[in-house]
Amino acid sequence: MTATRARNRLAALGRAEATLLLRNRTALATALLLPAGMVAAWRPALGGLAAGGSSAGVDADRLLVSSGIGFILLFAVYYNLVAAYVARRESLVLKRLRTGEPTDPEILAGTALPAAAVAVAQCLALVAAGTVLLHLPLPRRPVLLLAGVALGVVLMAALAAASTVVTRSVELAQLTTAPLLAVSALGSGLLLPLRSLPHPLGEVCRWLPLTPVLDLVRTGWLGGTPADPAEPLLALGAALAWTLLAVFAVHRWFRWEPRR
Amino acid sequence: MDSAEKVIEAVGVRRRYGDGFEAVRGVSFEVARGELFALLGTNGAGKTSVMELLEGLARPSGGAVRVLGLDPHGERARVRPRTGVMLQEGGFAPDLTVAQTVRMWAGCVSGARPGHEVLEQLGLARRGGVRVGQLSGGERRRLDLALALLGRPEALFLDEPTTGLDTQGRYDTWELLRQLRAAGTTVLLTTHYLEEAEALADRLAVLHRGRVVACGTTAEVTGARPARIGFGLPTGWHLGDLPPLPELAVLAHEERGGRVLLHTDRLQFTLSVLLRWADERTVALDRLEARTASLEEAFLAIAGTADAGTADGAGR
Repeated sequence: MTATRARNRLAALGRAEATLLLRNRTALATALLLPAGMVAAWRPALGGLAAGGSSAGVDADRLLVSSGIGFILLFAVYYNLVAAYVARRESLVLKRLRTGEPTDPEILAGTALPAAAVAVAQCLALVAAGTVLLHLPLPRRPVLLLAGVALGVVLMAALAAASTVVTRSVELAQLTTAPLLAVSALGSGLLLPLRSLPHPLGEVCRWLPLTPVLDLVRTGWLGGTPADPAEPLLALGAALAWTLLAVFAVHRWFRWEPRR
Repeated sequence: MDSAEKVIEAVGVRRRYGDGFEAVRGVSFEVARGELFALLGTNGAGKTSVMELLEGLARPSGGAVRVLGLDPHGERARVRPRTGVMLQEGGFAPDLTVAQTVRMWAGCVSGARPGHEVLEQLGLARRGGVRVGQLSGGERRRLDLALALLGRPEALFLDEPTTGLDTQGRYDTWELLRQLRAAGTTVLLTTHYLEEAEALADRLAVLHRGRVVACGTTAEVTGARPARIGFGLPTGWHLGDLPPLPELAVLAHEERGGRVLLHTDRLQFTLSVLLRWADERTVALDRLEARTASLEEAFLAIAGTADAGTADGAGR
């Protein structure tokens, strides 16, 4: 009974948010075109960047997978949700919802549902396109791939909610999302392989929020034998730790209404 | 009142904001089941701050609030299905239509009434396909009330429900609120329209600077205030031609713009003597009016006294 009601509330919130997403051209373009566009624009350079040797092709594949899923998570989920949460907060929708029956987590999750669905659909499309058009293998360990995408979506949504704390208006979202977008693009292996970074920097980048997520995704899709069999577990743990940290930040600092 | 079930209770409630400003400074009142209670006050008196505590949006920094015998913040899940809330300002996504907004809310309410029924009740049945951003301020206010009524609430919290409505809309809302009260709904509303409180409220509390400065029925709050008689004297007649004012039981008088204003706590007596005097001399009293103290006078007097530094005094 309680669970049914919670599901109804999530569905109602998600449906309304989906309607809003479809009516917002900017958000729609960010969610659908930007990830594909970034990958398409970056792809010609991938071969060159994944420099030299017999492993060049493999490295290019690995980069493509990271870039594709990484940009989907960053734009369709993170960037879009910062804008959506701030827009709902500033128009007092969040405050109004809190006077009703939905719980706080339900309000945030319901608002995130369409973005999450768009991201998952795009990831599936990417897997399909990768295997059919680019002759990448079918996902070798689909459970790891799924875990990576799912954790990535939750982590990005939580980070988006946390980012609204410093975002006073929808326009400012462009500014406040820039740090995570830039750091992830450069440091989590979206634009260049991490192993091409000099030693201490590469080691630091392994612990950025999106890196373990994309490690899971790559291992899940392309397989391969990691040097250490515990590596996926480590990535899983790191991604979970980041998610918990973001959820804590939201719990602690999230603002439900505009500043007075 | 004592035997009746208390649906809404505030006991010595305080609310201090992060910047240290204390907007609510020890407010107490209670609303019995089926009662319509008005919180009156000027802007910044603390009405909305009190409402938000009762709605469970924040926890008081002192004192206690109970709604239906529960803590509206801590026991949110148990309180919310039984209450309806209308905030001072909407809280709608402007790009959703009226029907989509109602459908979203209906999905969030246990045992929701059919959306079209509520929209009809609020005169919005024909506006279902319109985006909320394109509604007039009054229509948005009515949509807000429609959402608050979706779940057949036992207790209704309305923060300035008629602000922005035209006269007709205001009367329609008053009528609706009377029907709700007749059906047993407990209503707590804030307003800065005194005539609204006078027309609707069973009881009311006047808030001023975060404190309750008067509380009771309209009659109780206004009762102690003097009534007023106003008239104009024809040319050639002066205030001094009247019988001596103390004999008329006049407490105070003013002359302003050719009009005489008498304050009395024995309205009928003063008026009788005045009319007899005028009759005997065939003096026509221009635009004669007589009225008992209105809430407005009481309110202004109370606010004035409170400003003068006796803020803690006037509570019941």
